[in-house]
Amino acid sequence: MNDILDIFGMILLLIGGIFLFLGGLGIFRMPDTYNRLQAGTKATTLGGMSVILSVGILEPGWFIKTLVLVIFIALANPISSHALAHANYKRGNKPYLKGGPEYDQYRKVFEPEVKETKDNTTEKVKEEETA
Amino acid sequence: METLSAGGKIARFFFAWVLLFLIWLMFTSTLALQEVLTGAGVSFIIALPTNRFFTEVQLYRFKPLRLFYVIEYLFVFLWALIVANLDVARRVISPKLPINPGIVSFKTKLTSDFAKMVLANSITLTPGTLSVDIIDDTYYIHWIDVKSLDPEQCKKDIAEQFEKILLKIF
Repeated sequence: MNDILDIFGMILLLIGGIFLFLGGLGIFRMPDTYNRLQAGTKATTLGGMSVILSVGILEPGWFIKTLVLVIFIALANPISSHALAHANYKRGNKPYLKGGPEYDQYRKVFEPEVKETKDNTTEKVKEEETA
Repeated sequence: METLSAGGKIARFFFAWVLLFLIWLMFTSTLALQEVLTGAGVSFIIALPTNRFFTEVQLYRFKPLRLFYVIEYLFVFLWALIVANLDVARRVISPKLPINPGIVSFKTKLTSDFAKMVLANSITLTPGTLSVDIIDDTYYIHWIDVKSLDPEQCKKDIAEQFEKILLKIF
C-alpha cells in the first residue's frame, strides 16, 4: 500500500515538473506579455498544485497542510495574473495581434472616440498602418 | 456592496474567525490544548481588523443544495484546468506556435461581485483565456486563439459551462 502511494506521489511529482517546465518554455517562446501570462499561469497552477500534492502524498503527515497550500495557489494564481494583465494594459503595453486591430476589443474602453464611430475606426486604423 | 445590519456584522466576524481558526488547525495539524487555544486567540485578533475582507455575501443565504452545485463546479473546473494545461503544452511545444491572440468581450448574467470574481478566476484557469478586466457586467478576456469576435459566440465558447452552474449557486 505504501509503495503504491509512493509511486503515485512520484508520478504526480513528475507530471508537476513537466508542466512547470512547459510553463517556463512558454514564457520563453510566446510573443507578448499576455500570451506569456497565459502560459505561465495555467502551467504553474497545475504544476505547482501537483508538486505540492505529491509532497503531501510522499510525506503523509503534511497532507492537510499541502491541501491548504493547493487551495491558496488555486485562489492566488489567477488573481495575480489578472492584476498583471490589467496593469500592463493600463500602462499602454499593447497586445500582439496577429489578426489585425479589431481583435482588441478592450481598446475602446480607453479610447472613447473609437467607441462612437466603431464601424469606421477599424478601417481608419488599417489605413494608418499601411500609410 | 450591501450595507450590513449589526447582526450581519457579527455573523461576518464569526465567519472570519472560524475560517481563520480552521486554517490554523489545518496548518498545525494537532489538537493539543495549547495549540488550539493559541490558535483561537490569534485568529480572534486577526479577525477583528480583517473580517470585512472575507465575505460580502449575507450568510443567511446559505442553502445546503448550493453545496452540491459547488462540488459539481469543482469537478467541471478541475477538468477544465487539466484541459487548459494540455492545450498550453500543445501550443508551446509545436514549432509553429499556433496562436491568434486578441481581447474579446462579452456580457454576463451574474450580479454579485463574488460570483463575477469566481467566474473571472475560472476563465483565467481554463483553456486559452485570461481575464483582463471586468467593467460592470462586461468581461474583457484575452484569448490566445480567437475563434470569433461576436460576443454571444465568445460567451458560448468561454464561459457558458461555468456560468450555468454559478447562476444556480448564487
